[in-house]
Order: sequence, then structure tokens, then C-alpha cells
Amino acid sequence: MSRKLPHILVEVLSVLLALAIFGVPVSYVVTNAGKTPVAAAQMLIAPSATTQYLKNFSDVIAASNNMLVRAFINSTIITIMSIVLLLAVSSMAGFVLDRRKGRAIAWINFLVLAGLMIPPAVVPTIWLLKSIGLYKTFLGLVLVEVALSFPFSVLLYRGYVGAIPRELDEASFMDGCTGIQLFVKVIFPLMKPVSTTIAIITSISVFNDFVNPLYFLPGSKNVTVQLTLYNFISTYVNKWNLLFADIFLISLPPLLFFILFNRKIVSGMVAGAVKS
Amino acid sequence: MAGSTLRLYSYAFFLPAGIIYILFFIAPTFLSFFFSLTIWTLSDWRFTGLDNFRIFFTEPSLSIGLRNSLIYAISTCALKVVLGFLLAAFLCTKLKTRGFLRSLIYFPNILSTIAVGIIFSSLMHPSHGLINTTLAFFGIQGPDWLGNPKMALFSVVLVDVWKGVGVAMIIFIAGIQAIPQHYYEALSIDGGSSFDKLRYITLPLSRSSMNSVIMLAFIGGIRSFDLIWVMTKGGPGFTSDLIASIIYKQLQGGFYGLSTAGNVVLFIIVSIMAVPLYRSLTKVEVDL
Repeated sequence: MSRKLPHILVEVLSVLLALAIFGVPVSYVVTNAGKTPVAAAQMLIAPSATTQYLKNFSDVIAASNNMLVRAFINSTIITIMSIVLLLAVSSMAGFVLDRRKGRAIAWINFLVLAGLMIPPAVVPTIWLLKSIGLYKTFLGLVLVEVALSFPFSVLLYRGYVGAIPRELDEASFMDGCTGIQLFVKVIFPLMKPVSTTIAIITSISVFNDFVNPLYFLPGSKNVTVQLTLYNFISTYVNKWNLLFADIFLISLPPLLFFILFNRKIVSGMVAGAVKS
Repeated sequence: MAGSTLRLYSYAFFLPAGIIYILFFIAPTFLSFFFSLTIWTLSDWRFTGLDNFRIFFTEPSLSIGLRNSLIYAISTCALKVVLGFLLAAFLCTKLKTRGFLRSLIYFPNILSTIAVGIIFSSLMHPSHGLINTTLAFFGIQGPDWLGNPKMALFSVVLVDVWKGVGVAMIIFIAGIQAIPQHYYEALSIDGGSSFDKLRYITLPLSRSSMNSVIMLAFIGGIRSFDLIWVMTKGGPGFTSDLIASIIYKQLQGGFYGLSTAGNVVLFIIVSIMAVPLYRSLTKVEVDL
């Protein structure tokens, strides 16, 4: 309304400002990932005349016996295992949490909400994992990731099941469905949109996770991508070009997901934050 | 009818999730209350009462973590709420580029914290870093962002906000979009300005999104570990140590009881904060 800068000027200024604040750090990575060590040490954003992207990428990949390759494989395995287990257990739990009422359910809801906020107890978890022989194993880390992602995803599922009419359950019951058949054949297929959202969000959060692998999966044999990146900080002192080449490579999978599923990620974030 | 279908919803469906959640989250939390009162070697423990907590609050290199974590949580939370709200309000106007701007501002959130930490360690380099060379271009002498003990914590706060403000913005946008348009129309008929709309309609009606943002940002901030760990490792000295970085340092040092006491301190702070926030959240739902 009233006394305003020309509309087009507002658009241009806000885009320029946003690019300066949010775009510059990203293009800084992209240009420096292809520089020579000497050029990268100058810390300029402008691309240098000669680039050596391929050499930097192959150097990073080959470093410490192809550690990055192993890390990519490990992180992919851990991410996929976490998603499959998380979807399986939290979809079932969300189904019951919505359909049943009563004191037990109120308690479970309380514990789930608490899990959204309370920080995990690090050493006791290590101790527990050790005593059941799962410390420093993929399965151990996966179970912890699932336990920590469970509150968020079960709330999404619970909200979604609430919108599935109970008449459907009753009709299936009339047709002679058992609870398991009802869930597997009717409810779970209907949950597909929310399952996709949770799978995408979890894939990014587990793939990018640094803290839990650091605590529960230490050791060079089992490195994940984020741990390799962290270890490279001390290996590559003053070799910013290689550090940025590494960042470039390991940011590609989440970036791809972001481009493909931008809307899903954002809507899931909002649903989780607002409903909880 | 409801009685007969109830048997479809067996608690067995909850069992797999329940076992995992109890074993790997609830049980460790309860164990932490006990082991925080011990000197613990993982294979053996000796009861020491509240000694670990006494050390945690009196040893300067440890108690600074509590102070810093509170500063960190409050300042990241405040900045995310204010900036997130203003960005959301701005990007809910009829801007042609708003879709692009929203994606751009949200984008850092999908980068890993370690990557963001490394990028900004480079950008914040005292002499060569892009931030200080840009400031120098305008004749301003930039600070040593991460090397100055008075500055380091604040610098990491800024990076945290850079990475996380997009989430706050998205939550606010969802709230603002749910506000019925005719409120704004009514105010324009009464001659209200754009600022009046923001102040008297958008802000009060965004209260429930604001509660979500405050809760997420504060709890995220108080638990925060990885960004400070990759950017300063708690340094220089202990000046930017957070509770979570101290928990990890004690874990590395083999002081498992002390480390767990840090976890319990964190638990208590989060619980104290969570109760009023949870109340206000459920109250808002009743209002609607």
C-alpha cells in the first residue's frame, strides 16, 4: 500500500540480499572445490583460471584407502536400514495410538512427547549397547536412530490415521479381516503419502547425522560420511580445496532429495512441528 | 460396534516400536539418573552421592557449559523467532520471487552441520576470510570471529541461525497462511497500515506457530553439540563449551559418571522449560 519503493526494486533487492547471505557460502564451496591448494588458501569466492575438479574429487575419494567410498556405502546401508525399520514400527504404533483410547494410551502419548524434547543419555546408551553386544555395530546405531526418530514419525502417522475413517475398519471387520490383515491390506497402503514424507526426512537426517555415529559407531572401520568429513578436517589442514571437494560430494545426495521432494520435506516439517 | 472392532487394534502393534523405544531411549534416560551418582568405569561403579553434580557446578571449566548453553539456546531461539517471523510475513506478501526465496532460505537446513561448520570456519577466517575481507572493503576491521574468547560463542550462534532460520520461517508461513484473509480486508477498510496488519493481526494470530518455534529452537539450542564441536571444540580454552560438548569431553576422558551427570543436568533444564511450553501448546489447542 502507500509510500512504497517500486515493486520491482523490492523484488530485486530481496533476491540480491538473500543470495548474498544464503547463496554466497554455497557458491564459495563450489568454486573452491575445484581450485589448487594454493588458490584455495587465498579464500576467494571468484573461480580461479585453472580448475582441477576431477583431480580434487579423485584425491578425496582415494584418500586413506578409499575411505570415502566405504563411508558412502556404510551411510547408505545405515540410512536404508533405519528408514525401513522406522516406517515398519512407527506406522503400526501410530495406528494403535489413534484408534485406541484410555489411560495406557495417554501414558504412551506422554512418553512419546517427552522423547521429542529430552536429550538422549549418551553413556548409558553406550553401556546398554555394549552389554547386548551391539556397540560399534550398524544394527546398534540403526536401533538408536530409530528410537530417536520414533516420536516425530509416530506423531505424523497418528495424525494421518486420524483422517482415515473408522467405517473402513468396520467394513473390513465384517469381511472377516483380522487386525493384521486390516493393517497390511487397508491401512498401510493408505498411509503412503505420510510414509514417503517420513522416509525422505529421515533419509536426510540420518545421512547427515554426525553426533550418533560419533557416540555409538566410533572407529575407522565403520566410518560414516559425516565422520569422514570430520576426520578430514585434521588430515587436510590448509587443503581447503579437498575439504570443499569432500563437502561438495557428500552434499549431493541430500541436495538431490531436496530438489526432487522440496514440497514433501517442507510440509512434513510443518506437520511435525505444529501437531506435536 | 466400537466394541467389536476394538480387537482389531491389538497392543501387539505397538510392541516392536515400544521395545526399541524403551530399550534405546527410555531405559538409558532412567539409568542416567542412577549412574550420575556414581564413579563409573562401565564395568564397575562406586556410589558417590551428588559429588558429580557438585563438580559440575563448581569446576569453572564445567560450569561455564551451563551458562554458555543457556546463552546459546536463548540467543539462537530469539533470533530465529524474530527473523523467522519477519521473513515469513515478508514472504507471504505478493512477491513474484517468494517461492525461490523460501527455498533459498530453507536450503541450508539440508546441509550437514559439519559441512556448514567447515564452510563458516573458512568464511570467518580472521585475515583471509570472505566476511572480514568484505568488511575491510568498507573500511571496517572485522573481529577474529572464532579466535576471540568473547566472540566465539556468538559467532557460532550466528551460524546456527543461518542454518536454522529457514525452519522457523516455514513454520511461521504455515501459521500465517491459515489466517483468514477477511481480517486483513476489515483492517484495510478501517484504514490500517501494513504495519498495523503485522502488529494487530499477523503477530497475535501466529501465537501457536510461535510456541512451536520457541520450543523447537530452545530445545535444539540447549542440546546443541555438533556445530560448536566442529567450529571451536569449545575453545578458545573453555570459553565456548556447551553442556553437550562437556558431556562428550568427559566421555572421551573416561569420566563416565561425570558425563552422565551432565546429561541429567540437560534433562532437568529441558523438563523445566518443557512443562510451561507444553501447557501453552495444549491451551492454544483449546482456544481454537
